[in-house]
Amino acid sequence: MIPAAFDYVVPRTLPEAVAELVKHGQEAKVLAGGHSLIPLMKLRLSTPSFLVDIGRIGNLSYIREEDGHVAIGALTSHHDIEFSELLKNKLPLLTSAASQIGDPQVRNRGTIGGAAAHADPFGDFPACLLALDAEFKAVGPRGERSIAARDFFVDTFTSSLEPNEILREIRIPTPPPGSRGTYLKFSRRSQDWAIVAVAAQVRVTGHEVTQVAVGLTGMGSHPIRASGVEQALRGKAGHDDELRGAAERATDGTDPPQDLNGSPDYRRHLARVLTRRALEQVTAHH
Amino acid sequence: MRRRVAVTINGTKHEHEVEPRLLLVQYIRDVVGLTGTHVGCDTSNCGACTVELDGHSVKSCTVFAVQADGAQVTTIEGLAQGTTLHPLQQAFWDEHGLQCGFCTPGMIMAARQLLARNPNPSEQEIRVGLEGNLCRCTGYHNIVKSIQAAAKVMAPGAERKAPAPVS
Amino acid sequence: MAISQMVGASIKRREDPRLVTGTGSYVDDIPQTAVVHMHVIRSSEAHARILGIETGRAKEADGVIAILTGKDLKPEFGAPLPVTVCFVPDKKYPNHYPIAIDKVHYVGEPVAIVLATSRAAAEDAGERIEVKYQSLPAVLDIEKAIEKGAPILHEELGSNLSYDVKFAAGDMDAALKEADVTIKQRLIQQRLIPIAIEPRGVLADFKTFSNKLTVWSSTQIPHFVKVWLAVILGIPESNVRVVAPEVGGGFGSKIRVYPEEILTALASRRLGRPVKWIEDRNENVKATHHGRDQIWDVEIAAKKDGTVLGIRPTQWLNLGGYCSQFGTFQVLGMLVAQGAYKMKAFDGRAVGVFTNTTPTDAYRGAGRPEATYLIERVMDLVARETGIDPVEVRRKNFVRVEDQPFTTLLGLTYDSGDYTTTLNKALEMVDYKALRREQAEKRKQGKYLGIGLSTYIEICGLGPAAATQAAVGVSLWGMSVVNVHFTGKATVIIGSSPHGQGHETTYAQVASDVLGIPVEDIDVQHGDTAIGPMGMDTYGSRSTALDGNAVHVSATKVQEKARKIAAHLLEAAEGDVVYENGKAFVKGTPSKAVTIQEIAVAAFQTSRLPKGMEGGLEATTFFDPTNFVWPFGAHICVVEIDAETGATRILRYVAVDDCGTRINPMVVDGQLHGGIAQGIGQALFEEAVYDEAGQLRTGSLVDYLVPTASDLPSFELAATITPSPVNPLGTKGIGEAGTIASTPAVMNAIVDALEPFGVKDVSMPATPQKVWALMHRNGGTKR
Repeated sequence: MIPAAFDYVVPRTLPEAVAELVKHGQEAKVLAGGHSLIPLMKLRLSTPSFLVDIGRIGNLSYIREEDGHVAIGALTSHHDIEFSELLKNKLPLLTSAASQIGDPQVRNRGTIGGAAAHADPFGDFPACLLALDAEFKAVGPRGERSIAARDFFVDTFTSSLEPNEILREIRIPTPPPGSRGTYLKFSRRSQDWAIVAVAAQVRVTGHEVTQVAVGLTGMGSHPIRASGVEQALRGKAGHDDELRGAAERATDGTDPPQDLNGSPDYRRHLARVLTRRALEQVTAHH
Repeated sequence: MRRRVAVTINGTKHEHEVEPRLLLVQYIRDVVGLTGTHVGCDTSNCGACTVELDGHSVKSCTVFAVQADGAQVTTIEGLAQGTTLHPLQQAFWDEHGLQCGFCTPGMIMAARQLLARNPNPSEQEIRVGLEGNLCRCTGYHNIVKSIQAAAKVMAPGAERKAPAPVS
Repeated sequence: MAISQMVGASIKRREDPRLVTGTGSYVDDIPQTAVVHMHVIRSSEAHARILGIETGRAKEADGVIAILTGKDLKPEFGAPLPVTVCFVPDKKYPNHYPIAIDKVHYVGEPVAIVLATSRAAAEDAGERIEVKYQSLPAVLDIEKAIEKGAPILHEELGSNLSYDVKFAAGDMDAALKEADVTIKQRLIQQRLIPIAIEPRGVLADFKTFSNKLTVWSSTQIPHFVKVWLAVILGIPESNVRVVAPEVGGGFGSKIRVYPEEILTALASRRLGRPVKWIEDRNENVKATHHGRDQIWDVEIAAKKDGTVLGIRPTQWLNLGGYCSQFGTFQVLGMLVAQGAYKMKAFDGRAVGVFTNTTPTDAYRGAGRPEATYLIERVMDLVARETGIDPVEVRRKNFVRVEDQPFTTLLGLTYDSGDYTTTLNKALEMVDYKALRREQAEKRKQGKYLGIGLSTYIEICGLGPAAATQAAVGVSLWGMSVVNVHFTGKATVIIGSSPHGQGHETTYAQVASDVLGIPVEDIDVQHGDTAIGPMGMDTYGSRSTALDGNAVHVSATKVQEKARKIAAHLLEAAEGDVVYENGKAFVKGTPSKAVTIQEIAVAAFQTSRLPKGMEGGLEATTFFDPTNFVWPFGAHICVVEIDAETGATRILRYVAVDDCGTRINPMVVDGQLHGGIAQGIGQALFEEAVYDEAGQLRTGSLVDYLVPTASDLPSFELAATITPSPVNPLGTKGIGEAGTIASTPAVMNAIVDALEPFGVKDVSMPATPQKVWALMHRNGGTKR
């Protein structure tokens, strides 16, 4: 299990990195934490002849709040997200998801930017970022652009990043006070990819659900917003029967895959159950 | 296509010209000659190759040696002081926390990180903290006990009874 | 006899300091200069003719030394790979060579080897090899393989049927007539991948001008490998040395003479250089044999009071692409399927079939897990059908203490066992009655608790020699050499080699008690064919019952000689001298003793010995017991099922095991922990799955689910001790008991939890999806 030979460069700045990608075209791939890419290279399922290691570019690992947003550098590790006090307070959905990715060693090495760019339909962060209406700041040969989460995750292992673009930052609108989030993941073993997982962010103000966002993992070729659930719950009081009813709509418009761990039917069922449980959790004691 | 890397392993600086595709675990084992770090899978599931890289436990089969250029690496060989075992090594020995021993170095390195982050873990926290390391011999029962025992010894303020050197 | 001090003591393992410091030496850790790396090109096809192998471009690649195919190597094979009798003397099987020559029969079969200066160079060159195949239809399924018109793997055999044999006694038809209750059930033993955490590896070093071969292999059977390397390569056996260094787990997966052992040795002979091959996990999942993959169909005759009158099991075995070395060993399941119970009739049949899959062979338990799963599920099926508690059904049918030594319908005799006591103890530990009440309460709240029992027996400790010669085709015995050195320290050499079982500690404990030499002064050596006369190696939980007892016998012989020397030194009559705790003295005067150190010095200062006595203080034993040994126990598993997701959580796991004398209880418990975990793995997680073309879909540890720490509970263990009467130590085996017992305990618990849904059986592994589907197959309505 030895990767095919490749050449390697360690740029110190993002523009340098982009220039390398432009120079080497399709032969080049970006290396961040490497936990998606290196296993594929060892199996020689991926054989790039040039790797651009962005791991040493400064100032890409941070979590900070600014202008009503939480900004997370693309090279921030899953571990740093899991243990961030800021995120525990403002975005527990993300810390909850981070703590359920792979295992501690993987979380030390894996980065949120890498996970987003890899666009694995079974990855944990994409559904969260979709539910949180994240904004992706990407740097390319023509400068920086901003991509909305709903436009970012296109298909299995396909994001809307151009091959010569690199993710710099993920920005998430800071949820208003009282908004609560959680990530519920169902898998055979805890280190496994999700069969289905649900990211929920809900705010109940007084006796009214004023914000509800639900993202689904494992229900299609990319993460999905459960808009049926959101429509059904928005403006309601958040009573148990309303949560149950809304959760039933988790499968609206989904086309879940079949694999060794779950049939489409089972996935639909799990999506409804996990959605209900997530909604119950984030609306409890209201 | 070779690159120069300088990696400090267990306090000793090593410098070599390596192919970029050389994995950190191959560097540690085949180039530096520290064979206590093992390889048990290709997909970063088994954790046998766990080492610490700049203070974080990582699976060295999923890191290129060039990515560790300039880094501090600790392997299982770096834990004992002379012939005195690290408390985790001692606890694995005392509690029969190993059988064939192949997963053990990675397991101990993962446990070290676990205790560094949570010096007094519950049984469940230990089990969850070992998610990245597979053992086929022990059913994890005595591994959990070993880590609990080590936690007691390593706890801040614990009465340190120096473990006897291995004869 | 000396007072036993070390036997029974949970002393720490002397293996561990090197292993916890990473300084143990597994095959890949052995330093070797100028080593050539072998990379095996494996079939990408499940069933195909090899039309040609294009190696020209690969040969030109950097670092390549040679590329060899089956056609190149065929003239060098003195014999095909071995196949043993293993309960089926009249089976049909093809010649199996270490590398495919004309045809491939499973994905992963070797088709070419690349020898290069580095592993990377070998893999790079491998990418340039083109194998031209003519694809043939593949057959993967046991039943389809024996249908008319099925693609035939080995044309020379005429069909895919290897054997169809009966194991019957008593009148099953009469039992069915007498029965109030008859049940038919199909039980599936899914295919498992053993996954020792150390994959296999081989380093072979052939010295041309001395015609000598040394092979280091991650194997359970260095002695078997030595014999077959000699036969296949045509080298005198005396010139072949095989070393099993540290071995990182085996579980049966390392008990074959494997193709790569032959291929590295042949390559080393050709090149005159050491050749190394280290298995990737990616290869391991298809190149190392698989386990189980059987279908058991059973017909049960029982009375309404729970008495089982007889069973009629048919065992369908998937052999894979070839008959592996011990490939029919699993038929042993037939011989022990009667379990801990009396009955009148047993009508068994075993059918072995070739398919285009990785060959199957022994996997932890080999035959006994299958048999135990059968009979323990039978007990629960009868309980369900008659409405009697599963505990009572077992009690009703148990072989009682007064029936021991009990002879089964098929003529095997149990050595000892008290099944009621282990069951009672386990029931007490879980507070069975309270648990049943809790279960009833929880059901009312829509929560599903399940309680599963497994009151297993198993057979291990192979020999005896005559019985194993007849049944397996090899005379199996235990071997030891005990040698006391000049300074009174001792070396013990054994014929079995551990891969985690702790022999270096436990056999020193055995010798220490007999000789009175401290454990730290006794070195136990193993796993090297150059150090002892011969060994029968490690599998089937045999080491302690055989080699452990051989150590006891050799040490006793040495003690006897020491006593004679002491008598001479003390100028006393032999009959008056006793030996205790490392000292010999005239009965009644222990103050005037000679120590083992003084005796040892005399043994080598031969002028001080009695007339006619040879020097040295050494004994060799080939130990042959009078019977097999039969461990037993009672396991109880308590599960809770999440009715919404189908997920199973183990709440408690209680086990009471009896393996006779426990030399080191700590080590025994460790074997049980790991064994139970592996059995739980089969029940809940593990399954090798092929797609229709014969490609393994569970080809890595991402998809083949080995349980992790957070998937398992802590285990609650207890013991009873019923010494075996068939060997001097009274030991049985414990390496596989946990696995044998736990799978049915877990599955019985799951079926029990699903009783309100009318579920009578759940196939393994009990995945959340499967359990959920069973709960909702009638729209979720409860019975």
